[in-house]
This record gives sequence, C-alpha cells and structure tokens, in this order.
Amino acid sequence: MAYNLILFYAFGAVAVAATVLVIAQSNPVYSVLLLIASFMALAGLYVLLDAPFVAVTQIIVYAGAIMVLFLFVVMLLNVPREEAVAGEIEAHESGSARAFGTLLTILMGVELAWALGSATRLGGRFAGGQRATAWTVREIGRILFTSYAFAFEATSVLILIAMIGAIALAGRHLAEKKPSPISHPQSPITAGSDKWPG
Amino acid sequence: MLLLIPLLPFLGFVLNSLAGRRLPRELSGGCASMAMLGAFGASVAAVRQLAAQPAGVHAISYHAMTWFSSGDFDVPFTLRLDPLSSVMVLVVTGIGFLIHVYSTGYMHEERPSEYARYFSYLNLFAAFMLLLVLAANFLVMFVGWEGVGLCSYLLIGFWYQKPAAADAGKKAFIVNRVGDVAFILGVLLTFVHFGTLDFQEVAGAANALAPDTSFGTVSAIALLLFIGATGKSAQIPLYVWLPDAMEGPTPVSALIHAATMVTAGVYLIGRNAVLFAHAPQVLLIVAMIGAATALWAGALGLVQNDIKRVLAYSTVSQLGYMFLAMGVGAYGAGIFHLFTHAFFKALLFLGSGAVIHALAGEQDLRRMGGLKHDLPVTYWTFLVGALAIAGIPGLAGFFSKDEILFRTFASGHQVLWIVGTLTSFLTAVYMFRLVFMAFHGPRHVEPRDAPAIAPHGGHLHDAPPSMAVPLVVLAFGSIVAGYLGVPAILHGANRLERFLAPSFEAPSSGGAASAQAAMEAGGGSLELALMIVASILALAGIALAARFYLTRPGTADRVAARFPGLYRFLLNKGYVDEIYDEAIVQPVRALAEGPLWRGLDVTVIDGAVNGIGAIVVETGGSVRKVQTGSMRAYAVSVLVGVVTILGYYVWR
Amino acid sequence: MAGLNHYLALSGLLFGIGATGVVLRRNLITMLLSIEVMLNAVNLSFIAFGRFLGAPDGQIIVFFVVTVAAAEAAVGLAIVIALFRHVESLNPDSFRELKG
Repeated sequence: MAYNLILFYAFGAVAVAATVLVIAQSNPVYSVLLLIASFMALAGLYVLLDAPFVAVTQIIVYAGAIMVLFLFVVMLLNVPREEAVAGEIEAHESGSARAFGTLLTILMGVELAWALGSATRLGGRFAGGQRATAWTVREIGRILFTSYAFAFEATSVLILIAMIGAIALAGRHLAEKKPSPISHPQSPITAGSDKWPG
Repeated sequence: MLLLIPLLPFLGFVLNSLAGRRLPRELSGGCASMAMLGAFGASVAAVRQLAAQPAGVHAISYHAMTWFSSGDFDVPFTLRLDPLSSVMVLVVTGIGFLIHVYSTGYMHEERPSEYARYFSYLNLFAAFMLLLVLAANFLVMFVGWEGVGLCSYLLIGFWYQKPAAADAGKKAFIVNRVGDVAFILGVLLTFVHFGTLDFQEVAGAANALAPDTSFGTVSAIALLLFIGATGKSAQIPLYVWLPDAMEGPTPVSALIHAATMVTAGVYLIGRNAVLFAHAPQVLLIVAMIGAATALWAGALGLVQNDIKRVLAYSTVSQLGYMFLAMGVGAYGAGIFHLFTHAFFKALLFLGSGAVIHALAGEQDLRRMGGLKHDLPVTYWTFLVGALAIAGIPGLAGFFSKDEILFRTFASGHQVLWIVGTLTSFLTAVYMFRLVFMAFHGPRHVEPRDAPAIAPHGGHLHDAPPSMAVPLVVLAFGSIVAGYLGVPAILHGANRLERFLAPSFEAPSSGGAASAQAAMEAGGGSLELALMIVASILALAGIALAARFYLTRPGTADRVAARFPGLYRFLLNKGYVDEIYDEAIVQPVRALAEGPLWRGLDVTVIDGAVNGIGAIVVETGGSVRKVQTGSMRAYAVSVLVGVVTILGYYVWR
Repeated sequence: MAGLNHYLALSGLLFGIGATGVVLRRNLITMLLSIEVMLNAVNLSFIAFGRFLGAPDGQIIVFFVVTVAAAEAAVGLAIVIALFRHVESLNPDSFRELKG
C-alpha cells in the first residue's frame, strides 16, 4: 500500500532532519526539543511497524521523561552556547588527524552500505515470518514476564544502581566537601569560562 | 628443678642485656655470678635427687612442653639428668661460677656497658651450655649446641674494635659451622633411621642391632656426629679455630675454650655411647683422630711464644686424649679426664689471665720471667695446675690420664698407647717450659718499662681477691678431683666410673658394666706398670724443660738452630692455616666472586629482576600515551573498533 | 510498502548522524543526546527485524534498551553536573586531568 511508504518517507524525513538539527544546534535547549521531535517521528515509524505499545512507550518514557531530565539539566547548568567554533577546530587538529577521520567515515559508510546490500540479498528469509496483526500488550507482557523475567529483574537492579549513582555523583555533599564555584553566590555561573583552556 | 638450672643464667642474661648498661659494675657482675651460684645450687639439689632415686633408675626427666609435633614427628622440650649430664652440669655451673667471680676482677677496667655486655654473654653461654648437657633429645641439644657456638663467637670477638679478635670470632664461627652441618645431617639421619630423636630411645633401638661392621647407616650417623664433635671440640681437621679464639678475654678462654664448650663433642660421643659402640670402624677413627690431635697439638704447643696459645694447644691436645678414650670405648675414662681437665685447665687459663692482667696485657712468654716473687698466689696455683696436667702422681690429671692410657693399651691399641704416652711426655715439657719461662729465670721486663706496664703504682701486683679465690679453689679441685676415680689397683673404688656407667648403656640392659669390671680386675699389674712408665716420662719431661729453660737457658735456641726446618714448621703451626686458606678459602672465594656473584647474581638474577622492571617501565611509558585524557579521542577509538569489527564481517 | 531495507537504511543513517555528533560536538549534553540518537537508531532496526521476522523479541529488547538509556542518561547527567561544578565548563576537552 502506497500510503504506508508515503508515511515511512514522511516520518523518516522528519526524523533525519530533526536529528541533523540536534547535532548542528549550538543551543542545547533547542537540541533537546528537536530530539523530542525526532523521537515522535520514530514513534510514528514504530506504529507503521505494528509496534504500537513501543511507540507509546517511546513517547511517554523517552520524549516525556528522559528528555525532560535532559532539559532540566540544561536549564540547571544554564549553558546556552557551545564555546568551540569551527575555526578553532581547524587550528587545533592536524591534517593527518583529519585524513584519518575522513578515512574512518568512508570506511564506515562502505561497510554500512555493504551490510544493507547483504540484507537485501538475504531478504527472502524475512518473507514468511510476517504476521497479519500486531502483537498485543497482553502478549508482550506475558513474554516479558516469562522468557525475559531474569533480564527484566536485572534491569530493575540496574535502575536502582543508576539511581544511587546519580544521587552520589550529583548530590549536594560533593559540593560541600570540595568548594566549587557554584556554591559561591558571589561568583556568577558563566558559560565558556576561559580559566580552563582546553 | 631441672628447668631452673638453665633458666637462672638465662634470667641473668636477660637482666644484664636489658638493664645492664644502667647498673653499676658490682651489681651486673654480682647478679651474673649469683645466677651461676643459684644454678650450681639447683644442680647440686638435682644431683642429690638423682642419687636418691631407687636402684635401677638412672635418670630424672622434666618435660617442659611439646616443642613441635608434625605427623609422626614429635619433639618434646624435655630435660633429662642422668649420671653423665650430672657430671657436666656440676662442672659447668661450678667452674662457671668461679670464672664469673674471677671475671668480676679481670674485666674491671671495662666501661660499665661493656662490662654488662660481657656478663650477659657469659650468662647466655652458661644457659645454652646447660641446655646442651641437659637435653633429652638431639634437637634440644642442637639448640644448646648452636647457642654456645653463638656465645663463643660473641665472646671471642668481644673486643670487636680489634681486627684480630673480630677475625678470630668469624673463624671460630665458620669452622664450627662445618661441623654443625655434619651434626644436623647426623641428626636427620638418626631420625630417618630410628624414627626418634630421644637419646634413650635411640640407644635402646641401637642396642637391639648387631654391631655395624660393614659401615652401614649406624656408622654413617656416628661418623657425622663425630665430625660435628671435631668442630666443636677442636680436633683434626677442624681444630684451627681454637688457638685463634685466644683473642677473647682470658676468663672466656678458660670457661668456653677449655673447661666447658669444647668438651661438648666429647659429651656428645659419651651421650651416644651405645650408638658409637655399634660402629666399631668409626670408633677406631675417633681413637686415631684423637691420638693424632693430641700429638700434633702437643708438638705445636712446644714452640709457641704466646702464653695463651700454648694453653690453647694444650687444650686441643687434652681433648685429643678424651677422644682417644672415647675411641677405645673407655667412655668413663674420657669423661673423667674431661672432669679433671676442666679444673686444671681452667686454673691454668685463669692463672695466665692473672699474669696478663698483672703485666697489663703482655702475652709474650719471652718478655716475662721471674714473676715468681711478684705473683706468689698465681705462681703456686699455676704450678699445681701444671703438675696436674703433666700427670704427676697424686694430682687429678694423673688418675684420668693414666686411666685413658691403660684402657687404650688394654684394648689392644699399642700404637695409640705409644702416641698417647709420647704426648704425655710432651705435655710435661711444654707446660714446664711455660712455667719456667714465665715465672723463673731473669726478669725480662725492663725496669724502665715497669711504670707503663704496671700502672698501679710501679710494682707488679698479684691477683686481687676476686681473682685469687677462684684460683685457690680450682687449685684445690685440681688436686682432689682425681680421687673420685682412683682405680682399683690403687685401692680406690673408681666411684666416678661406676656412677657414670649407666649413661653409656641402653636404658634396659645391664650386662656391659660387669664386663667392664672384669676387664679392670684382670689388668691390675699391667696398669701399675703403665702408670709407672707414664709417671717417669712426665718427670723426665719436667726435667728436660728445667734443663732447657732453667739451668741452661739457650739450649732450646741451639736445638732450634740445629733443626731450623722443623722449628719453623712448628712455629708456623705446620702451615695448616695457610694450607686451608689456599685449598678451601681461596677457591671458595674465587668461586663466589667470579661465577656466582658477578656471573650468576649480577647478570642472571639482578638482570632478570631489573629486566622485568625495565620492560614494565618501557611498556608503561609507551602505552601511557594512549591515555590522552580526551573524551573525544576515546569516542574515536570506539568508532575505530566498530569499523574494524564490521570490516571483519565484510572481508569475510 | 516500506520493506526491511528502508528501515535499516534509515536506522543506519540515524546511527551515523549520532556517531558524528558524539565525535564532533564539544558539549557534553549534546554528546549525550547524540548517544540517545544512536540508541534509537538501534531500536528502530530491532523493531524492524522483529516485525519482518514475526517475532516479539525485537520489541522486548527495545524495552530493555530504553531502560538502559534511562539509567545511562541519569548517571551521565549526574556526572555532567558534578564535572560542571568542578570545572564550570561542558567542553570535554577541559577534562584532561587523566592524561597519561
């Protein structure tokens, strides 16, 4: 059906454009907001792939929770601009490094193209497996809590550790131990401090 | 009670080594002497307790603790007093006490801290020596054995600022080490063969075996133990350390290098008499080594000019007698000689110490002479000691020495008897050469030197009371000690030998003593004849010495001039030190310095260690640069990894 | 209808963009965002594979990836905050104290 393909290209274009802008933006606030747009487009693609539950999770957890966390941090740190400019990069890095980067990029592109090509050649394998209807939440939940029960519990431990780690790293006691500029009300928090040259 | 005997001197050592430098001299020396007196009292009480045991019981034991226990290998820390060790204990504590008292006078010019150091070593020595003789098994004995070696080293090198003394200490320690290796090998072999280290159990097990005539394990054990004994007791070929040991303070020479420690080897053989009795070939070796040592050392003693060296060679010679006795199976006679020798040799050393003290350190016989009138107490006591060692009838040395010679002859070793009798003649000659050169004749001390030599007021002073009393007591002992073992032929009871006999038998057998008694009874007239021969020779030796050194001074020099080669050979101690140096010390040193130190140690071992270190440093230095600290560099390296892995699949 | 190759190509493209962002950008927060982009690119390929294989496992893996991403974001941002307090900069080149 053609509308399927049209929707794929539409969502794909939005996702690629938003993602490119995420990388190109120098203002992190915009980056975060554009990434949310990219995630929305990906959620649309998931719907096209008969995965509506993942699509909803993508919007609620990714776009809703994780990105808001990023936004909070950006606001908290209040660093609107990136200090590095293009000219500085060129001044810093040598020709051989740039040649190496270019080579790496070309290699990566070639390899990805080859991988895609081989997937095409193996495309026949994926012909018969398609299902007429999407997986329901009930089915996914059953699999998640039976076959993947151990992995699921392991991720819960992972989340707990991440929580403790985040508190330990960003907690206030660190700032109390080591007086940092942010704990001095007199010193304004400025971006692009030149006290620490790279 | 038994534990108290070695413990008291050990407590004296602890006190003197911890607090000695803060104590006045009188207190540190007094404590050390009192510890020895206490040990002597404890020994007397223990020996009385032993004597009061019912018939058939010949030992009392004290089990202090189990030292270690590993599988079948149990070593209890047990002390045991039997007739043999009771003789040794009484000698060590009794003579040790006298020498402690003497030392309080002799060492009086040392600084308090040195004084305390001296007494702490002396007490430690006594503790180890008592442990050695009271030990009930080989390992406890080995502790004492090594301990007395250590104290001997410390005391020989007591004046460590003097290079000769430090070298002599090292020499004694290293030469003893040779014997100790053999000793510990013998102990290991004993355990492997008999499965026990207890003296009584080993004796019991050995008694059950047939005499080992084909040189088997028992002979090997006996030989190894004997090599250990030659180290400690200064026999050929390991005697070379003893003359040099005279660099130590004179009371030390008297206690350690004459009366007690050097007799440990004799004691070791007596302690394992049953074992040795089952190794007849080794016994023959013991007898021959003993006789050879006696003669050789006596000959060297003839020409020495250092008063203490003469006595040192005399000690070696007398120890040779004891080994001769052990070798012909006359264990009782050997221990008897040990006992009497302890008295008169301690007396002679202390007397020589009094002379040296009076002359402010002069030890050269040629610079002495005419001291008879200045040092009357020293002279008379010294004379008693010299008469005793020469074997003049009626004194201690006579009985013990003749007992040995008779038993040698009676056991069929006529050649050894001739050697022994010749040695007894030599003994008389060199001892009276010493007496005449030191105490008689013209004064060789120049009058103008007198103030320098005798700083206590212009004239020579005799021994102070603390030194004189031990001399008199020992002189008395040198006279009467022999009457404990008067042989049957002189209507004596030979009480000492009878008392000792159970120690030389396996715990459960009772047959050997009667056989000995039968032999004693049979050789009556022969013994008397040999006695007369030996006495005549001793008197002849004295007469010869008197002719050479008293009535016609200069005769000796003329004789020496007639045989210049022999004289120089003896004067240089037979060049034995030089031979050992060339044959053993230099090759070992060359081997150690060349291939082992510069070759193996520096290049291989150090090289390996330094090489590993250098490799790690080099690798770290180059790998270090990989850690740039730049996050984006790490990101790129991850990317390189991704490209590589993907590339692997593409290429495949 | 869009086939597997379409989705894989899109996934590869997004992954490349994300990798470029990680390597080129000099802002820790943008770098973290780029990592999220890469994770999502992978997610997309998982779901596409699952869809065309007719298996639910692709979707299940995506849940786990999202969980890990959340954890990673929490810890990563906490580190960013701590670093910012320390140096007052978000430039990764400011943190060279671990240079060997």
